Amino acid sequence: MAATKNRPLSPHLQVWRWGPAMFVSILHRVTGDGMALVGLGVLIYWLASLAGGPQAYEVFSAHAGAWYGKVVLVGLTWAFFTHMASGLRHFVLDIGAGYELNSNAAWSVFTPLAALAATVLTWAAIVLK
Amino acid sequence: MGNGTSIGRVRGTGSAHSGSKHWLLQRYTAIGNLFLGLWLVFSLVTLPGYDYGDVMKWATKPLSTTFLALFVISTFWHARLGLQVVVEDYVHEPANKFAAVAALNLAAFGGAAACLFYIARMAMIAAGQETAAGMMQQIQSMMGGR
Repeated sequence: MAATKNRPLSPHLQVWRWGPAMFVSILHRVTGDGMALVGLGVLIYWLASLAGGPQAYEVFSAHAGAWYGKVVLVGLTWAFFTHMASGLRHFVLDIGAGYELNSNAAWSVFTPLAALAATVLTWAAIVLK
Repeated sequence: MGNGTSIGRVRGTGSAHSGSKHWLLQRYTAIGNLFLGLWLVFSLVTLPGYDYGDVMKWATKPLSTTFLALFVISTFWHARLGLQVVVEDYVHEPANKFAAVAALNLAAFGGAAACLFYIARMAMIAAGQETAAGMMQQIQSMMGGR
């Protein structure tokens, strides 16, 4: 039936108009999944190496200090602060506040930027120690 | 919830019947993650060094051990709830969805249990070293120190 083919589609990735709220929502899921799948793996390995003794920890340290280890650790720090900032945004939205178009867009832009700043500050504190 | 049946309004769970508990638990564990995650980042940033000794000295303090264990429980729980939503969003076939959530439960409980065991073992290593150092001191004093 021709008439049913032209019915409006429900919004999906390809048909949404991009906006800050969509961007921060996707970031929240990506960083959450990243920490769940990669971050918890690193947490298990880190604790296992500490429980395994100095030699085991040496191997962990070598991986963590290599370029790919640094990429993962900085990435997890960024994911932590990004997920935390957008999570705090969710707490505000949960009480029914922050849905006005302008303030919603403003906070959606602000939260990833604040997370980026927190990531830079954290690693500056570690590197400059 | 506003226009359901009377008993529906009392239960307050909406049309999905059980979603509000999941939703609330996601928030409760998020609060735990917020404080424990910030504690972990702050602790790691302020560590004097990252050698085995430095990290173990901090990690096996009673407060650190307790907070690490709480961090593990809170994050694995939160991750399990979050990944379940992802599975429900993208896995539509009921049998696959059931299998995915079952595998997710095993991974989350298994990972958390392993982490808690490692933390306990770290505490035991530290306690063992303390005992050994005390005995060594005793032996040295018996061997004719003073």
